[in-house]
Amino acid sequence: MTDANTHIEGAHVVELAHDREAIAGLIDHVLGQAEDLGYGNSAIFAVRLAIEEAITNAFEHGHEGLSDDLTVNVEYRVTALSIEIAIEDQGPGFAPERLPDPTLLENLAKPSGRGVMLMKAYMSEVLFNDRGNRVKMRYTLHNA
Amino acid sequence: MSESRLRVSDSDGVTLIEFVDRNILDEANIQAINEEITGEIEKSTKPRLLISFSNVDHLSSAALGALITINNKIREKTGELHLANIDPQIYEVFVITRLNKLFNIHDTTDEARAAFAG
Repeated sequence: MTDANTHIEGAHVVELAHDREAIAGLIDHVLGQAEDLGYGNSAIFAVRLAIEEAITNAFEHGHEGLSDDLTVNVEYRVTALSIEIAIEDQGPGFAPERLPDPTLLENLAKPSGRGVMLMKAYMSEVLFNDRGNRVKMRYTLHNA
Repeated sequence: MSESRLRVSDSDGVTLIEFVDRNILDEANIQAINEEITGEIEKSTKPRLLISFSNVDHLSSAALGALITINNKIREKTGELHLANIDPQIYEVFVITRLNKLFNIHDTTDEARAAFAG
């Protein structure tokens, strides 16, 4: 469920199936808009990584144990000043604050748990709704 | 049998692995790569693997996870894993996650080959 923190005003809305071609097509479409508005290589790299991580989390973790037919809701708004993306799954949600720090020595050799960390590292802002099944990310141009 | 996602070649007791895909992002692709490399590890009693990222533009945390699993399997067999030719933007992902501390990373495959023990 959307809330004030994770709402995007005037966003495009896409219902995304768990299909690699559909996912790649949507990401290319969003990044194509960003490129048209002059976003550079490092911005495109950052946003691609963050969207990939968020969509993977939604399908692989958010919908874990649920039907593979469930879709994920993606909202996006690309302007000259910022790129905003919200991704919402239909699962029960999770508590992002309980994720262990993957950079601690004892966690370094564990194969999972880096997605949210990378989203936070590469985006200007990452916010979850209270239920933990929706994430909103914003990339803001540093010189904007 | 599905198409290989890797180019594999052996030279001087080192198995060089290169990726066919520029993007290593989706779960199915990563699982296929993981299984192929695991097959290479199982062929040897003391695997010596060199993975080159020369063709790779993007990789996800799931791909990092697969590399960690591969590294753990190689260490169990007291083998060696070296990584090379990592694009600066991707290397930054290793730094952010501190995985540059876990892996042996080299600028070129020549430097990586020279770093293998023995």
